[in-house]
Parts: sequence; C-alpha cells; structure tokens
Amino acid sequence: MSFMRSMRALFWRLSAFFRKQQRDAEFAAELESHLQFHIEDNLRAGMSPEAARREALLKLGGFEQTKKNYRDRRGLPELEALFQDLRFGFRMLLKSPGSTAAVVIALALGIGASTAMFTVVRSVLLRPLPFKDPARLVRLYEHSADDKFPYNQVASGVFKAWKNESHGFSDLAIVSLGAEYNLSGQSGQLPEKVRAAECSWSLFPTLGVEPALGRTFTPSDDQPSANGTVVLSWALWKRRFGGDSSILNQKIRLDAKSYAVIGIMPSWFTYPEQRVQLWTPVYHEQSAKDMEVLDSHDFLAIGRLKPGVTEAQATAELSVIVRRLHDQHLDDPFVSKAANSLPLLDDVVGDIKTSLYVLLAATLCVLLIACLDVASLLVARGAARRKELAIRSALGGSRWRLLSEHLVESLLLSAAGGGLGLLLAYAALQWFVATRQDISRIEAIDMDAIVAAFILGLVLLSALVAGIASSVKISGDQVLSALQESSRSHSAGLERVRLRKGLLAMEVGLTVMLLIGAGLLLKSYGQLRSSNLGCVTDNVLTMRFSLPEEKYAQPSQRVSFFESLLERVRALPGIQSAALVRAVPGQGYAGDSGFWIAEHPPLPQGQGQYALARWADPGYFAALGIPLLRGQTFDEKARLDSPLQVIISESFARQYFPGEDPIGKHLLTIGRRPFQIVGVVGDTRFTIAEAARPMMYFPIYTSLYGNVPNEATLAIRSSRDVTSFAVPGQKLVEQLDPELAVSDVLTMDQLIGKSTLDASFDATLLLAFAVLSLLLASVGLFGVLSYIVAQRTPEIGIRLALGAQRGQLLRLTLVDGLKPAVAGLVLGLAGAAVATRMLSSLLYGVQPLDATVFAGVPILLLAVVGIACLLPAWRASRVDPVIALRYE
Amino acid sequence: MGDKADVWQGTLALMILKTLETLGPLHGYGVARRIEQTSGGLLSLNYGTVYPALLKLEQEGSIESEWGVSDNNRKAKYYKLTRAGRKQLERETHDWKQAQAILAKFLSAEPST
Repeated sequence: MSFMRSMRALFWRLSAFFRKQQRDAEFAAELESHLQFHIEDNLRAGMSPEAARREALLKLGGFEQTKKNYRDRRGLPELEALFQDLRFGFRMLLKSPGSTAAVVIALALGIGASTAMFTVVRSVLLRPLPFKDPARLVRLYEHSADDKFPYNQVASGVFKAWKNESHGFSDLAIVSLGAEYNLSGQSGQLPEKVRAAECSWSLFPTLGVEPALGRTFTPSDDQPSANGTVVLSWALWKRRFGGDSSILNQKIRLDAKSYAVIGIMPSWFTYPEQRVQLWTPVYHEQSAKDMEVLDSHDFLAIGRLKPGVTEAQATAELSVIVRRLHDQHLDDPFVSKAANSLPLLDDVVGDIKTSLYVLLAATLCVLLIACLDVASLLVARGAARRKELAIRSALGGSRWRLLSEHLVESLLLSAAGGGLGLLLAYAALQWFVATRQDISRIEAIDMDAIVAAFILGLVLLSALVAGIASSVKISGDQVLSALQESSRSHSAGLERVRLRKGLLAMEVGLTVMLLIGAGLLLKSYGQLRSSNLGCVTDNVLTMRFSLPEEKYAQPSQRVSFFESLLERVRALPGIQSAALVRAVPGQGYAGDSGFWIAEHPPLPQGQGQYALARWADPGYFAALGIPLLRGQTFDEKARLDSPLQVIISESFARQYFPGEDPIGKHLLTIGRRPFQIVGVVGDTRFTIAEAARPMMYFPIYTSLYGNVPNEATLAIRSSRDVTSFAVPGQKLVEQLDPELAVSDVLTMDQLIGKSTLDASFDATLLLAFAVLSLLLASVGLFGVLSYIVAQRTPEIGIRLALGAQRGQLLRLTLVDGLKPAVAGLVLGLAGAAVATRMLSSLLYGVQPLDATVFAGVPILLLAVVGIACLLPAWRASRVDPVIALRYE
Repeated sequence: MGDKADVWQGTLALMILKTLETLGPLHGYGVARRIEQTSGGLLSLNYGTVYPALLKLEQEGSIESEWGVSDNNRKAKYYKLTRAGRKQLERETHDWKQAQAILAKFLSAEPST
C-alpha cells in the first residue's frame, strides 16, 4: 500500500519535469491567493496595510523560499541538476571540438582494444567447455620413464589397462592424433584430404555430446569386425554434402574403403582439434595388435571423473597401473612409469593462455594511459576555469554540484569513447577470429551480456579515474588562493602543475613497460625467423599425401607410385630438384624410434635411447641442400628388401659416436633389425623454435614397418617462383591416382610463417599497443607543456625584460618537460623488469632483461618525448616580452 | 534538524488530513490557520511548510485539489480528502493512538526498587 503510494508520487514527480512554467505560474497564483486571505484577516484584526502584508509574508516563511521548497517537492531536484550538468557538459565539450575528439578517440581505442581482448580471454579461457559437467573432465597423460616428458601422450596398451582396471572414472575415451583420410570425390567432385579423429565409441558419451543428426558410435561399431562407420562434422556435411540429411546411412569412400555415415555432429563440436572433419571408431580402424602397444605414445586419452572422486585420487590409481606395467617390462625403456592429468579446459587452452593474458594486460595499460590523458585534459580545462569555479564556490555553489559537473563531463567523454570503442571492439574481434583460426575454442568467441557489463564498467571506471584525478583539487581551502591567484596572471599554482606532472610520469612509465614488452617479443620473433632450419627454404614448395593402405597394399605399388611421381615432377620444366621425405624440416615432430648400437655394449636395463625418424628418397639431401658430411646417400638402386641402410644427423653422430667413425656401424631399430650407417648429414630442425635433435633417415623405397611407407611430403625446389608449380604438381598426382588428394600445399616460407604465427601475432599486436601509447603519452606531454608555457608567458616576459637569455629559457622549459618523463622512465624500467618475467615463456633466444631492449627503449622514448617538448620550449624562448607583459 | 523535520512532516500530514475531514474542502491558508488555532497557539507554524506537505499528499493520492471561489469571491485552490485519504487518516490515527498508549504506559512505569 505504502509502496503503491510512493510509486504514485514518483510518477507525479517525474511528470513534473514537463510544463514547468505553467506549474510555476499556478503555484504562484495559489500563494498569491494565500497572501490575500491572510492580509484580509490581518486588516480585519486592525493592522495597517503594510504591517498586514509584512506579517503575512513573515508567517509564510518567505515567498521565494516557499516556492523553492514547493518546487523541490514537486519534481526531482537531483535529476534536474543532472540534466543541467549534461547540457552544460555537452556545450563545454563542443566548444573545443579538437581536444574533445582526441580524447574520445584515445578512449575509444583503449576501451575498444580492452573489450576485444577481454572478450577473447573470456570466451577462450574463462568460459567452461560446452560439454556436460566440464569440471569433471580430465585429460590423461603418461609420465615417461626418463622423466623427460611428464605430460606424454598415451600408449594404446596403457589405455587398455586403465580402462580395465581403474575405478575413478565413469567414462574413459581414447583418440588417435593426426589421423587423415583421402575422401574420394563422388559424382565429379575432387578428392580431398581430410583431418580426422579416430576415437573410441566412448568419446561422445564421455564428453556428454549428442549428434545433431543420426547417432554416434556404439560398442559394436568400435571393433575390428564391424562395418566401416563415420560421423561427420557439421562443417564438412554442409560444405561437401550440401547439408543434405539424406546422406545419413549412405556410404562414402575414405582411403578407398567404404564407410556408412551414421551421424552429424553439431556445428560447435570439433574435439580434439579445430581441423577435425570426421570421426571414425579407433578399434575398427587400428588392428587389435596396434591397440595393445605399451611403448608407442600415439594417443590422447580423456576421462570423466566419478562423482566424489578427485582428480588426484583418480590419477594416483592410474599411476599405480602404469607402474605395474613398467615393472613387468623392465627391458623396454619406453614404457612409462606414472600417469599425469590436467583439467580438460587447461589442456585445450594451454598454449595460448599466457599470450592472451599478456595482450589483455597490454590493452588495459593502453586504456589506463588514455584515461590519464583525459585526466590531464580535464585538469587543463579545470585550470582554465579555476577562477569561474572559485567565484561560484564563493557565492555558495554547492561543492557537490561543482564536482558532479566535473564527473558528468568525464562521463560524457567516456560514454562517447565507449560507444565508439564498442564498434572498434566488434571490428577487432571479426579480424581476430578470421586471423587466428588456429586457436582452439575460437569459435566460442562472441560478445554477450557479461562483455557489455565489462564495457560499462570500463566506461564508468575511466570516467571516475579521469574525473577524480582531475578534480581532487576542487576543495574548499583553495577558493581564496584561486581568487588571489587569478586576480593577477602569474604562474599557475605549484600543486596543480605537480599533479599534471605526476599523471604524465605515470603515462610515460606505462608506455615504457609496453615498449619493452613489445621490444622483447619483436626481438624474439626476429631470432625465431632468422634461426636456421638447416636446409634451403627459398623457393621450396611442399605438399603432403598418403597412399590408402587398401589400394596400395603391395610394397611394389607404393614404390612405383613414388618413383613415377618423382620422375614426372623432375621432368617439369623449371624444376631444380624434387624429393620425397616423411616430413621436411620445420614441418613438425612426425615420429621417433628407439635404437641400440650393435657395436656398443648393451645399455643397462631400463635405459633407452631414441631419435627422430625420417624416411627419404636418396636425392632428398641434395635437393634441400642438407650437406652430406661423411659417407654417402642411400643406394639409388636399393628397393624393398635390399640391405638395410640408415643415415644419421650430425648431432646424432656427436651424441652417440663421440670420437668414433659412425660409418659402417649398425643401428638396431624398427623391430631391432640391423641398419648400417652409410652417411652423416647436417642437422635440421623439426620445428623452428627448437634446437636440432638427433635424427635418423631411412630409405623410402625399402620395407620399414612391415611395408614401404605410405605417406610422404613432396618437396619441389625451383630457381624461380615456386608457387607456380603448385597446380602442375597436384595435376601430376591426380594423373597417377584420381582418387588421391594432396594437402598442406605450402612453401617452406609459409610453413615457417605458420609455425611462427603466434610469435609474430603477439609481437605485432603488442607493438601496435606500444606505439599507440607512445603517441598518447607524447600528445599528453605536448599538451601539458604547451599549457604550462602559455600560463607562464607573462613570467617569461618579465624574465626576458630583466635580461634572461633565450637559450636559458629554452633549457628551462625543456628540463621542465623532461623531468616527469625521466621520472616515468625510471618507474617504467623498474616495472618492466618485474613484468617481463610473465613474458619469459613467450620468448625465444631472448632474456626477459635483454640489454639491447632495455637500453634501446629509453633512447627511443627520450627522443620522442624530447620532440614533444621541443616545440613548446622553442615557443617559450620566442616570447616577445612586450606582448607577454601586455598579455593580461 | 533532519530527524525533527521527519517527525514534524509525518504529524503535519496527519493534521492536514484531520483538518480536511473535519472542515471539508479547504484552501491552503485555511488549513494552516486551522492547525495553528487547534493547537491553541502551542504550535508555531510557518504557513509555507503546509504547501509541500499538501503537494506530497496529493502526489500520494490522499487528497485532490481544484480551483474554486471563496465566500468573499476570491479565487483559491481547494483541497479535499479522497477515499484513499480517508482510509489513510483512519489507519494513521489508529497507529498514532496506539503509539501514544504504548509510550504513555512506558513513561508512567514506576522505578523498581
């Protein structure tokens, strides 16, 4: 009841906002009639007309006073004051459109960049995975026996033991990494190589996802004797099959075998990686024997914890199982000895986490700098209007009104900046999503209510920071001094100048931190790009393919495919050389193999050694310019079951044959068969960011793992633009086998670019932020100095009239401006020394306290700041004393 | 000052309502005058304070106003009780009496020995 009454009253008071004059007039009439009644009564009581009127007014308590009280009750005075402030603020801002625009743009950049980064961080790192009860999902790892790989992938046999013996999980699933299929063209379509995940049927129930159409695998699909089944991703279904649901239960051909399409996953689902286009049941795809291996770590395993079981408990149980297997196979050094786990979210976003947080911190720095810029602008305005404010204050203007006027002004600026920033953030996000398709969960990025709240928070925060920082000086005890000060133009109060210099020092400090961060990342990126892969990278084109096992079951089929492909490619006019290899340098880890040296004493039990394993054709080393240091390359004529040969890399020879000639020795590897070492070649890196590791090469034309290898990268080298061979190369493959698709058609430079994308992306963005803040800081410095010079013009005039040298004045003003910059510089260097620790995991070949960067940034900064100070200083030294003294 | 004003405001509203109930439609001056008279001169009232109080009651829907003409042919704004106002008066009178009774009991309590 009483609530209804106050609501009714509120409505009334709100509506009083309109027709004010009419309402005022009405009340004036009412009061007038009141007075007349009273006067009449008084006259009747025998007073004189004057006394009657005076008494009536007195009794009323003042005519205007009553009107004001009545007005306050009629409307909402706070609201009206706010509107007045808003109108006033608008007018003030429009009066100096230039600086207003500068501030709004600065704020928009700050708010826009922070919003975009926050959205990314929130969507990628903070939002839970879209799976059922994601907190209970964990990724499982093996801890290798030599402790070198605490988070190693899982061997199929170990997973089998976990599945059979552990009790801590309600579901466990295994996925093979990096599976690929040739998807044959139907009715005239081109064949295509698609990224796939071979998974146990339990993957979908473990994650708790349902297909959009059809069904997922059942246990009966997931065994060697089953018919081939496949689940398609939404993207592949839309793109390749036109989103036609009649594809369900139809057959498609993968690697020349027939598979029934049983389901389509929803569009958001792409586990375990963004590139996955289809899923097949792993126990159907792999032989039963391959799913019981204990020492080949090829699989990804995940589990769903049972309610009430902690991750640590469940992992401890898995560790016990692994330990038992380890103890049962002491002769095999590659059986792990423990298990490890990570929450699934951490696992999915692990790589990108640090760089995203660094970028978010950088954008917040930019925002802070923008706020400080706004604050110094407002301080300047406040200073210019100091006299006016002081007079208003002296006449009884409420301090709160003065302060709120200030806050409203900065709120207006921030709101405009925020609105513009929102558009900017939207554009930045579009760009980000388009550029970084490689980041997992990038599809989850979108702006939602929480982001909107974040923006609102940013706007209010920046208004508060800017408003409060600039208005701390509006306090009562200053009224008098302000009046005195402005009564005669001399230098502005020391306090106010000190405040602005403090703001400037902070701006410069933050800029220094950003510049140093950007410098470190840039230098690191430069190191990365200039590090030597160990082979020729100019004008080399690569493309990958794999021969379907069914269609190319015979070793001789594979050999003849490789031979004729190389022959035809080499015959293309303009080709310098061509080669086949398992993976070119920089293309990734690809695979390794354990080995023993036949001529060396056996290793102690439980110890093992392994090296990266590659297969290549005899011409590979010459083709890619990898130097043959000793011995020779593979026998050109060696085929299938010729004598076993191996070529080792320089670091292999150095590490395992110190002071020995490795040529002629034998490695026991790939089924413990003896391979004779025929040559030593230069080191190459498997990824650009890591030093070369020992590597062994086997001839591609011979039987290695029971057959001739069926997958390879074709590398083509030319003296001219090699990209022009992409189409002819693909055509040659198609001529040999129309069903065979090639993938990853990339030049070596693109390959390297891809693997350094993270580094270049981080460095570029951070550099952009740093340049932006340098610009903001120097504009701020320039503005403040110009203002100080303008304020001091009369004083400078007096000094000049008294005989001061112009050079002296120039120096004076320069020092005035440089002092806060230097203070900020010192602050920034100290801050950077602490903050760059956060960067260390992103740096390659650069220390967080790199001397060049820490020396270079101050020089750059002082140069820019010096220029920003020079113009006002020069202007100060050019002051004409006569004009200056007349300045008032 | 704030506390006293609040109490005053509350009782003033009650007095206004009672006055309008007793005398029927009345203008602001009449209300102020009547309140002062009824108090027997114990209450010294700034007549001006009656108007915001009248406005508040009108905003809350307890009274309504209308321009009219007085006995001696003077234009004035007349206030009268609404049905909600009558109910409010009843309720507040009851509340007030109750509070008074409680306080009276309280204040007349003998000090325990």
